[in-house]
Amino acid sequence: MSAGTAFQLLASGADGDGAAPATAGLSSSWRRDAWRTGGRLVLGILIPLVLALGWELAIRSGLAQGRLLPPPSRVLGTLLALAQSGDLRLHVQATLLRVALGFLAGAGAGILVGALTGTLPLARHLLDPSLQALRAVPSLAWVPLFILWLGILETPKVVLIAVGVFFPVYVGVSGAIASVDRKLVEVGRIFRLSRLALARRILLPAVLPGTLVALRTGLGLGFLFVVAAELMGASEGLGYLLVDGQQFGKPDQILAAILAFAGLGKLADGLLVLATRPLLRWQDVSRGVL
Amino acid sequence: MLTIQDLSKTYADGTQALSGLTLSLAPGEIVAVVGGSGCGKTTLLRLVAGLDAATAGLIRLDGATLDGPHPGLGLVFQEPRLLPWLSIAENVGFGLADRPAAERRTRVARALARVGLADHAGRWPRALSGGQQQRVSIARAFVADPRVLLLDEPFSALDAVTREDLHRHLLALWAETRPTILLVTHDVAEAAAMADRVVVMRPHPGRIHATIAIDAPRSGDAAAHLRTSQVLRTLLDASLAPPPRRAALAV
Repeated sequence: MSAGTAFQLLASGADGDGAAPATAGLSSSWRRDAWRTGGRLVLGILIPLVLALGWELAIRSGLAQGRLLPPPSRVLGTLLALAQSGDLRLHVQATLLRVALGFLAGAGAGILVGALTGTLPLARHLLDPSLQALRAVPSLAWVPLFILWLGILETPKVVLIAVGVFFPVYVGVSGAIASVDRKLVEVGRIFRLSRLALARRILLPAVLPGTLVALRTGLGLGFLFVVAAELMGASEGLGYLLVDGQQFGKPDQILAAILAFAGLGKLADGLLVLATRPLLRWQDVSRGVL
Repeated sequence: MLTIQDLSKTYADGTQALSGLTLSLAPGEIVAVVGGSGCGKTTLLRLVAGLDAATAGLIRLDGATLDGPHPGLGLVFQEPRLLPWLSIAENVGFGLADRPAAERRTRVARALARVGLADHAGRWPRALSGGQQQRVSIARAFVADPRVLLLDEPFSALDAVTREDLHRHLLALWAETRPTILLVTHDVAEAAAMADRVVVMRPHPGRIHATIAIDAPRSGDAAAHLRTSQVLRTLLDASLAPPPRRAALAV
């Protein structure tokens, strides 16, 4: 912090953002936060809502034909029907299970190998060049090989998702470890922390933000690859609904599946952020700038 | 008693940062090291703190040779270097992890009260000003009652008002347990106001240029401080200007 900033903070009583837990006026700040969150929600939903209403009106008034792009009401109707028949649950379950397994395997391996190459120079020189070369291969290029090796059932799908998740998590974690501030590591050395304590008390918290960003990217890619995996042959799952909709000319079913994907992806990402937020409360980030 | 004998440090790139430096500090003594940039004063502190290994020479604390960070030594860095994910109290107690929780609590509370930040115990470092953060880092170094405290230009990034405020805090802390203090600074006024003895260093390679004992240290006599500062300034200028000359003065 520069001398100028320090002086300013002193002069203003040093009461900036980031007041610690338990401050006065909690209820009023809660209410303000609730309003702000509500307002943001409305803003976020505004554009899709206007577009959907516009399309609906265009078809109702006969300005456009809804054969290839069905009106929102029919898409929602299809989605509702799928939900009521229990089909939606079946497909969502199948897709979520694949994403979950692939994400766990890929993210777990990514964190493990990333931590290894990030902390041990030998492991880095040994593994990183090969992994970077493999990363340059588009993950979908592995599909024919996976089918040859692993058949066409669940295993190749989960493996494809895991491979897709692995690389961003690996790169994120090893990068986060490599960029840990040497100055904070020295603080640990001054207090004579063992290697293990250094890893636990300094490295781990320091790489947490970068790791979580990598996990979010990984989760997004997990959903990308589950579609690819289900498109290449499945009898259930949201991707199957897409293929089925194409083959039988049901654009409303395709759009319903896409809506379900959007909802699931956003939900999974939101849950990940929510679950990890308590770990990152200390971060000094610029929220609401610009 | 901290003794430094023939200490030398040559970095891997061949830079000779420190050459044959010998210095000893009596218990409770405050010694300031001043010098231009590149004179090896920060290197000296890093060697004593055990963060870097010396090329040659010995460092002893009460007879025991030091190799690596020692529990009897505390270090305050140039920047606060607080861990952003720990509260202020947790930062101060960072080095006390192996002590019982009750002792940790009382020590942390006492150290924070001494630097005047008891109200801020539960806050995050980012909520504090630069001067407050540096006070926290001083509390962190003092919390385990070290025998020797090393300070690496700890006030250089602060404005003049905050700096004088911190001088007072540091001296108040020192007065309680009287640790030996080795203070590296480029501010001659700071050295004159705080130290019993001032070591002036010269660069290429880093070594001692002159040593000055201060007659009535920390007397608060502004005129005396000014005189000392002027002498130090002259010595400092001489230390940077070739040809080299050795000097030994008493003020």
